[in-house]
Amino acid sequence: MTMSQKIIAARAGLPAVEAGDLVEARVDMALGNDITAPVAIREFRRTGAGAVFDRSRVALVPDHFAPNKDIKSAQQCKAMREFALEMGIEHYFEVGEAGIEHALLPERGLVLPGELVIGADSHTCTYGAVGAFSTGVGSTDLAAAMASGSVWLKVPAAIRFRLAGELGGWASGKDLILHIIGMIGVDGALYRSMEFCGPGVAGLSMDERFTIANMAIEAGAKNGIFPVDRATRSWAASVSGRRYAEYEADADAEYEATVDVDLAAVPPTVAFPHLPSNARPIGEAEGVALDQVVIGSCTNGRIEDLRVAASILRGRRVAKGLRCLVFPGTQKIYLQALREGLVEDIVGAGAVFSAPTCGPCLGGHMGILAEGERALSTTNRNFVGRMGHSGSEVYLASPAVAAASAIAGAICDPAKIADPAGGRAAARPRDGRGGER
Amino acid sequence: MSETRKAAPIRGKAHKYGDNVDTDVIIPARYLNESEPAALAAHCMEDLDPAFARKVGKGDLIVAGRNFGCGSSREHAPLAIKASGVACVVAESFARIFYRNAINIGLAILECPEAAREAQAGDELELDLAAGKVRNLTKGSEHGAKPFPPFMRSIMEAGGLIEYHRERLARK
Repeated sequence: MTMSQKIIAARAGLPAVEAGDLVEARVDMALGNDITAPVAIREFRRTGAGAVFDRSRVALVPDHFAPNKDIKSAQQCKAMREFALEMGIEHYFEVGEAGIEHALLPERGLVLPGELVIGADSHTCTYGAVGAFSTGVGSTDLAAAMASGSVWLKVPAAIRFRLAGELGGWASGKDLILHIIGMIGVDGALYRSMEFCGPGVAGLSMDERFTIANMAIEAGAKNGIFPVDRATRSWAASVSGRRYAEYEADADAEYEATVDVDLAAVPPTVAFPHLPSNARPIGEAEGVALDQVVIGSCTNGRIEDLRVAASILRGRRVAKGLRCLVFPGTQKIYLQALREGLVEDIVGAGAVFSAPTCGPCLGGHMGILAEGERALSTTNRNFVGRMGHSGSEVYLASPAVAAASAIAGAICDPAKIADPAGGRAAARPRDGRGGER
Repeated sequence: MSETRKAAPIRGKAHKYGDNVDTDVIIPARYLNESEPAALAAHCMEDLDPAFARKVGKGDLIVAGRNFGCGSSREHAPLAIKASGVACVVAESFARIFYRNAINIGLAILECPEAAREAQAGDELELDLAAGKVRNLTKGSEHGAKPFPPFMRSIMEAGGLIEYHRERLARK
């Protein structure tokens, strides 16, 4: 069995499963947000269940249109808040303690290796970074899971991505996943697991693994998953004292395909409008003029992302006529960025530093594009109208490319304006004065 | 929720779209500050085909290419389509979250690559969900569709996942 299949089998109470089997699996955590939970709550009421299956296994996070962007959004957040109170849901987070759900849940130790997580949000696949099986579902699935504690799943086949070598220069986990989606297409892993393995995994930080697993859905995958290694264990110990199980793929696990990736050959990569699979190396993207740069989201709003961006923005100025907006993933990341002096670098360069929210990524609020405007964003989708007017354009890239492009006013290779050796050192923690610790 | 229950074939006019129709164009996020199906239907397909909400009629069909419904998990997408009066979506393939959402809310869908590729806007199609058949009445052709596994059929026949769970609870 693959790693994903082993977790599903364990949660379905079966000794083994095969690709294509339909199973009912127990969920360790079920997640909803201010857009998907209101529909789930409506459906939950119709099940006739008087209470959620386990008050400690449901997480509700107001992050998409929160802080409330308008009256209707406020109504949705209120409905979710009242439901959380009524049901005694332990993991409801108000805006002051919350952040973007997929940055928040791992930070709070609510998802650990070997667990099975569903969320009414497509980027729930993020938690595969820690060796969990996690997948996005709809609101009705969330409603059924809140009532029953279980979810129906079709056991996925898998594609194996064997990573070798190390990323070089300013290339990051974001570039790797854009590169892979460019290779296999937006339905290249449809219904399947993307299982990452190989000696190259060890060189990817946990933050990078979150970014990579996060975008598995952009290749159509059911989930993306990483093996549990030293970095995972050390991360798990830092966020939770809970016990967890480690699963690994059998030596004879079946994969529909194996894709070998030499990390050293992955360049900074930009996905052109209007599909994440329109990936091109930075050299073919440079010079495209921009109106807005967004750094943040469930894909790239973690502390290393902010460090890399700040290292490039520091002491430079955002180009005249360009808006640069930076969104930390959570309140904790916000505080850490303050302590390390990153906020000063970012604001000092003429960028906006906002409260955590999904806001601009989905064209919700806090940075909507007008007709004909063009943005480069560290988010995950560049569909028509994704960040605003249907006549606007979104380019996807890493925080390093985003920061460099904000300075240049057009898409720019970070190596052109910052230390070409770059990204790895910039991702490491800094003391309050901006020097490396 | 009766579309999937009735054995009678679905007959309707095709609205044709291409590959990778994503949930952002099916129902843009700017309208997700509410979830009433009728309100969503008013903006269905707006960023891909602004005229859709005006021209769609009850019982019409959406016919599309590969990976229909890719992107966000928003159930508002199949809800908007269903509330528009669309009787079934026929596509070459579906993105996985859209696929399960459609089954869970009782929106009929059918995976049939040949019929989806062949059909043109305005063609009259007849679908037999139980038998898994698509007849293009305009072109005079017939194609077999991928049948649903029995478990999914039982959810669809119950009228959706909630009804399925309620029936199961009632039996206990």
